[in-house]
Amino acid sequence: MQVRFEDVTMSYGDKKVLEHIDFTFPAHSLVSILGPSGCGKSTTLMLISGLMFPTEGRIFFGEREVTKLDAVKRKVGMVFQNYALYPHLSVLDNIMFPLKMAKMPKNERRERAMELVKLVRIEEHIDKKPRQLSGGQQQRVAIARALAKEPSILLMDEPLSNLDARLRLEMREEIRRIQQKTNITTVFVTHDQEEALSLSDHVMVLDKGAIQQMSTPTVLYERPENLFVAEFLGKPAINTLPFDPNGRIRRLMNIPQPYAGEIQSVGIRPESLAVTDRTEETLFQGEITHLERVGRDVTAKILHGETELVATGLPAVLEEGQTVNLTTETSDLLYFDQSGRAVYWPASKVSGGSAGA
Amino acid sequence: MIQNPTLKSTMKAWLYILPMMLIIFTFNLYPIVKSFAMSFYTDYNFYDDVVLAYGLGNFTTILQDSDFYLAIKNTFIFVLGVVPISIALSLGIALLLNQIKFLSGFFRTVYFLPFVTSTVAISLVWNWLYHRNYGLMNYFLGWFGIEPIHWITDPDYSMLALVIMAVWKGLGFNIILFLVGLNNIDETYYKAAKVDGATGFNRFWNITLPLLGPTLFLVSVLGVINSFKVFDEVYALFQAKPGPAKSTLTIVYYLYEKFYTEYQYGIAAAAGVVLFVIILAVTLIQFAYNKKFVHY
Repeated sequence: MQVRFEDVTMSYGDKKVLEHIDFTFPAHSLVSILGPSGCGKSTTLMLISGLMFPTEGRIFFGEREVTKLDAVKRKVGMVFQNYALYPHLSVLDNIMFPLKMAKMPKNERRERAMELVKLVRIEEHIDKKPRQLSGGQQQRVAIARALAKEPSILLMDEPLSNLDARLRLEMREEIRRIQQKTNITTVFVTHDQEEALSLSDHVMVLDKGAIQQMSTPTVLYERPENLFVAEFLGKPAINTLPFDPNGRIRRLMNIPQPYAGEIQSVGIRPESLAVTDRTEETLFQGEITHLERVGRDVTAKILHGETELVATGLPAVLEEGQTVNLTTETSDLLYFDQSGRAVYWPASKVSGGSAGA
Repeated sequence: MIQNPTLKSTMKAWLYILPMMLIIFTFNLYPIVKSFAMSFYTDYNFYDDVVLAYGLGNFTTILQDSDFYLAIKNTFIFVLGVVPISIALSLGIALLLNQIKFLSGFFRTVYFLPFVTSTVAISLVWNWLYHRNYGLMNYFLGWFGIEPIHWITDPDYSMLALVIMAVWKGLGFNIILFLVGLNNIDETYYKAAKVDGATGFNRFWNITLPLLGPTLFLVSVLGVINSFKVFDEVYALFQAKPGPAKSTLTIVYYLYEKFYTEYQYGIAAAAGVVLFVIILAVTLIQFAYNKKFVHY
């Protein structure tokens, strides 16, 4: 089911956690809410669940307004960060609990719970107590319990943050599989960009209680609408340099007015920097100060004037101390104005024509 | 600082423990053993501490004494009255106190006051509350058209009077324990239960109660043990009598009478041993039941 916020503001006392938020999460999609801690992402989830109520604004599920309904009545499914499995109930009883609350007859309850047990693949653990399970298994039980009453919306609050790296990857795929199988509208809160980008249909980036951007992961990464989104996404982080209106980038990229006057900084993703031997397409020249090889990946730090650039796509033959010429595709450069807003999306290539891609 | 135990360090450790051991031995272990032994003294000179004969006579005497059976019966009535009511009431009050932020510290103190006040003082106050002509209890009952009850002097009501006072006195302690238990329940369980569609009562029944299991168990065990030992309340409330027509004669009161007024030390000790066995048995039953009580 579609989830829509209309001009929602949430404040605790004087502190505004969310300010005038508007968004629509399309039905049957997996949406991530991404942001640093304290950005209001968990609050957004709580507002959807009905465990908290907005100070102002309205919340809709589909066409139905649910602003005033509490969690008991909203009937969403929710997976908590620490899973919150009832410690005194067995796995099966945990999954059946929402059904018991819905007064479903006992044998139907069991039947439905067994379906879910199969869906999340924990058949052999149904009689155990939560504390006898590993983190990943608890996670599966929590998902099964959240799905038990066939909610139209599933909420997940940093569900992977308590798992180790390997399990996290496994559960990420599991969540995707389960979401696709059940086709349930899923809202997923995370501070981990990799999780958000790899898992979701749409990503909403929040910072300081405001939506920074909401789009598909690809657009978010390639066309960030502002400097915050550009810097928040990507590992290693994007290189940003001050923009010189009379500098090399301006000339090489042929940036027209009035853009050239507005642009304050330029961003280049580490992986889009490439070495070139043609001086006419060189954007940056600098000495390699640090080189790090992890398996096949090479991460180089290049000192260009006063700024240090990070490049990840360079050939493995380079050595520390070497001076290199770097270039990039026209379309890979991002420009931001004084307020950090992205301006000027170039479409053409560097004037030299054959930048070393 | 983990060291391997050597003879020297072990001796040193024992030296540290020694003062406490001396106190425990003198005031706990020795009296317990002595009173057990005393229950087998059938002929005993208290002043010279000379035992002339041992035997089971003390036990056969009390087991043939109808007063002793009355004491056991009264004690059981007292325990069965006080413990469940006290648990239910204090749990209810603790739940309410847990809900309010404002003044909860004040109320906690108020409820705890009876626990730290001397039983004699409390009994005197209750004696007044129970007064058949001027007591507040009868005054309130009068509002509902109930005839004045002779709480202290009517054998039919004296046990009720005792139970009410004991419940009131024990509330504070139980409330504190329940508040600790309630605080230990993670808030997210309630959030999860709300999302799972559990209404207020369902949350209490399915989350609060089971997760309070360990606290409920502790409170009931302590309550049972303490209630079986009831004495001061009886002594003070009924002015050094076991109630009208022995209606509040409890086991410890029986023991007290045998020891201090009849100087039958062996019989008093035997009554103590029987009480010990009863408490032990009940507590063991509770522990056996504990597995059902405490879910994890």
